[in-house]
Amino acid sequence: MSRLADALWRLAPFACVVALWYGVKWSGIFSPGLLPAPHEVAIALFERLRYNNFLIDIWLSVQRVLLGLLFGMICAVPVGFLIGWNRRLRRFVDPLINFFRALPPIALIPLVIVYLGIGEIAKVAILFYAAFFAAVIVMYEGMSQISPIYIKVSRTLGATDFEIFTKVIVPLTLPHVLTAARVALGVAWATLVASELVAAQNGIGAVIQNASAFFNLPVIYAGIITIGFFALLMDTLLRAASRRLLSWQDSVEH
Amino acid sequence: MAGTDAKVAFRNVSKSYGAIEVVHDVSFELNEGDFVSLVGPSGCGKTTMMNMLAGFTQPTGGAVLLEGEPVAGPGPDRGVIFQEYGVFPWLTVENNIRFGLNLAVRRDIKKDEKSAIVEKYLALMRLQEFRNAWPKNLSGGMRQRLALARAYAANPHFLLMDEPFGALDAQTRADMHDLLLGIMQAERKTALLITHSVDEAIYLSNRVLVISARPSRIVDDVHIPFPFPRTRDLLDDKEFIALRRRMRDLVMKQYADQLALR
Ligand SMILES: Nc1ncnc2c1ncn2[C@@H]1O[C@H](COP(=O)(O)OP(=O)(O)O)[C@@H](O)[C@H]1O
Ligand SMILES: [Mg+2]
Repeated sequence: MSRLADALWRLAPFACVVALWYGVKWSGIFSPGLLPAPHEVAIALFERLRYNNFLIDIWLSVQRVLLGLLFGMICAVPVGFLIGWNRRLRRFVDPLINFFRALPPIALIPLVIVYLGIGEIAKVAILFYAAFFAAVIVMYEGMSQISPIYIKVSRTLGATDFEIFTKVIVPLTLPHVLTAARVALGVAWATLVASELVAAQNGIGAVIQNASAFFNLPVIYAGIITIGFFALLMDTLLRAASRRLLSWQDSVEH
Repeated sequence: MAGTDAKVAFRNVSKSYGAIEVVHDVSFELNEGDFVSLVGPSGCGKTTMMNMLAGFTQPTGGAVLLEGEPVAGPGPDRGVIFQEYGVFPWLTVENNIRFGLNLAVRRDIKKDEKSAIVEKYLALMRLQEFRNAWPKNLSGGMRQRLALARAYAANPHFLLMDEPFGALDAQTRADMHDLLLGIMQAERKTALLITHSVDEAIYLSNRVLVISARPSRIVDDVHIPFPFPRTRDLLDDKEFIALRRRMRDLVMKQYADQLALR
């Protein structure tokens, strides 16, 4: 019963937004053509799913986000690890990484097209870029806060370097990997529409852009809400995984 | 060489960090079964001395000898207890104690033997009820008991403690003193304790070294005559009180000198 109550509480804020949306809609502040009603958006979403293979677009976008995240994390974990352990290296690369992270991915599209063309690789590359720089900063800032006392203690207990790595450093790194993955996932979803600006043929971002060419507001809204839904869903899954894996931590809430 | 049967020997040990000399020409020895305390002002170089014995850092002059050999690095023969406990937050109480036993250096111990060792120290440190708890749910005193249990389970020959009870409240600290005396009675280790508390040093040790302001020198090497086992009644003993007064005066003088350094 409390599980149900919990779920209802989670949905309550969204119900409020929908109510507010109806309120704004019926107040007449916007001319009717400029703001579709929530149920019109729901219908548009349903029709997209039913007649326009929207599931395929969703699947392609989810796939791109996950690939960008995966490759981003594969690079960010070891790189962040090295930077986090080496103070001199950190001081050297910190401004560079912040510079590259600050570049809006959308500004890179012309370059990406020149070097990588307009296929899947180009789109995933943009997501990779965004995910990597977001994750690597979280990784090395987290790593640099790890107290050396645990390593000292393990040495006095007779641990070898390899044992220190597997039994001490890996468990201490895991929370930062999970936080980095959550941040990178959010950034990857935020970058999705930009990445699908590269020769928009399919994907949720492409659907939104095509709809905007026809001023099809219900579909634009449906696309945006779909992105929000999947971003939130994946974040919730990652957060649940963190809570399970990191129950030893003082607080898993970020 | 004289006194090579000493377990630990500091031979004219000096240590400098850059231009600052932290330890100056210190010599002393620990014999088998000794419990020696170092008392001296903050920043005088006590932790540095212990770090050289633990193997975390090397002297810049002289030598720290362990059973006649210079210390090469940290090792499981020397258990270290830190003020910040250092219990592994990602392991349960039981698995913290087991950590040292599961390392490759202990592969010759049988599995049920390991479990028996874990049980023994869970019991000695009164942690059985908390065997599956995360360290985040333990009080400071319990964490330090856990650190002690983990160190003992690795069966070190030496126990090095750097202000282990400094972060605990007075009552918990008193409990820890008696628990430490108890486990020492059950399994004697050759121990070196760093502390600010003259009472703690006298109560636990058979020798107390008073350390000067930086750079560290040994000002006095005091033999503590009270027999073991000791109980808290000792704290009201006339001889104890007189010794404490004499040592406090000496220690206060070192503190004043250290303050003048800044
Ligand atoms: N790694 C280090 N580098 C430079 N100075 C240090 C280092 N470790 C300790 N010191 C200095 O050496 C002095 C003694 O430190 P420490 O041995 O920790 O003193 P204590 O444990 O007696 O309080 C302090 O002034 C401290 O700043
Ligand atoms: Mg110290």
